[in-house]
Amino acid sequence: MDKQQPLLAIRGLTKRFGTVDVLKGVDLDLDRRDVVSIIGSSGSGKTTLLRCVNLLEEYQGGDIVLDGETIGYRSANGRRHRFGDRELSRQRSMTGMVFQSFNLFPHLTAAGNVMLGLRKVLRLPKAEARAVAETWLTRVGLAARADHYPSQLSGGQQQRVAIARALAMNPKLVLLDEVTSALDPELVQEVLNTVKSIADDGATLLIVTHEMRFARDVSSRVVFMEQGRIVEDGPPEQIFGAPKNQRLAAFLRNTRH
Amino acid sequence: MQVFLDQLWIARFALWDGFLLTVQIAAASILFGTLLGGIVGIQLSYAPWWLKLPFRLYVDIMRGTPVLVLILAAFYIPSVAGLSLGPTQAGILALSLFAGAHIGELLRGSLQAIPPGQAEAGRSIGLTFPQLLAYVLLPQAARSALPPWINTGVELIKGSSLLSMIGVGELLLKTQEIIGRNFMTIQFYVFAGILYLAINIVLDQLGKAVERRVGQH
Ligand SMILES: Nc1ncnc2c1ncn2[C@@H]1O[C@H](COP(=O)(O)OP(=O)(O)OP(=O)(O)O)[C@@H](O)[C@H]1O
Ligand SMILES: [Mg+2]
Repeated sequence: MDKQQPLLAIRGLTKRFGTVDVLKGVDLDLDRRDVVSIIGSSGSGKTTLLRCVNLLEEYQGGDIVLDGETIGYRSANGRRHRFGDRELSRQRSMTGMVFQSFNLFPHLTAAGNVMLGLRKVLRLPKAEARAVAETWLTRVGLAARADHYPSQLSGGQQQRVAIARALAMNPKLVLLDEVTSALDPELVQEVLNTVKSIADDGATLLIVTHEMRFARDVSSRVVFMEQGRIVEDGPPEQIFGAPKNQRLAAFLRNTRH
Repeated sequence: MQVFLDQLWIARFALWDGFLLTVQIAAASILFGTLLGGIVGIQLSYAPWWLKLPFRLYVDIMRGTPVLVLILAAFYIPSVAGLSLGPTQAGILALSLFAGAHIGELLRGSLQAIPPGQAEAGRSIGLTFPQLLAYVLLPQAARSALPPWINTGVELIKGSSLLSMIGVGELLLKTQEIIGRNFMTIQFYVFAGILYLAINIVLDQLGKAVERRVGQH
């Protein structure tokens, strides 16, 4: 394995919505097994950054290199071209995403949700897909709920199914966008514990979170975003213990409880 | 009453033929209309604007035109163009075009009502667009489109009676022919009315049963 090359390299990423610059040149590297948390105030561009990495958004400038492959766009004659549907789909399957609002498929059971990508994208035979799904549902503590529909599960359970759905695809990188902020307070911890345990198992995670204590516990690095830029990037002890940036210090004062 | 029953007995084959043709015309129209409407609904939801335009135009024209006018157009226009469509074929064509527009529009509504997070979740696991449609979006849209789809079927049963105007021997025309022989106007119109009602009640119940089965989650 090439030690020089990060698993994910984001270089000079810029993104506009209409006339609003939402990402103004973001650089970020993740190595294998890194767990990086992104913190920052509302509207700073955290969700947009994750969505660009998962190729759910188009972006105007910069490159995203995943495991040595530039994803999203190819350049020809000095111009950028968005890849076509098939190629984008293949590239998206290399990263998993867990959404704030779970986004489980309501017409499929828990196992069906996990199996869909295994069957249609990875083309596993049905029995094998079912076995992988059951392994992952067991892993997130939901073996007994495999045949329940999302409407029959609590929010915390739904989010754990969503985590199983993302991880079962064996992605190189998993993106988690405020995965507990739609949950009732008493359900937050079970989901955070699940994330912690997959981090401990060596998954590479890029996490957007407002749970500062969790970010401190789970992360190998924390980055602070402010108005479309990463303004501080360091180990959790530095970010939370000795922030250099004024805005970060102010942000931490306001969110500490 | 006895006289009516005697006349009904005499007319049983004619009525049965008309009844059967009505059901067949409606069934063929809902089949073609659903195929057409599937394409139209998907294009209206996801195609770029220049491709969407002709489908939008088609839907608006069909929905803004009385069904009888559509039927007369389907019957007379092809013959001017040198195509010969029989009255039944012309009728099925008109009703299919009508149903295609309605089903396309209601499918568009159902697809657009699906929260965007569904498509994003499907994309994020790596589904291609056709896979996303087939396994995530259409199954969800089909559920919410089912009741109005059944309703379109009911409209087609009723609309098929207009084909009597171009000489299609469906239930209404057969009824009129029978009345022409025995002059029992009210009795036979009421009888035909009951038959239409019966078909539509069956359709309605069928729809409710399917809805109960798929609507659980
Ligand atoms: N689809 C969109 N169209 C237009 N503007 C958008 C869109 N999505 C996001 N924005 C804008 O981009 C900026 C960054 O949004 P983003 O959701 O990335 O912020 P965030 O850091 O995730 O915030 P939060 O902590 O509230 O989730 C905001 O100003 C937002 O209004
Ligand atoms: Mg956000």
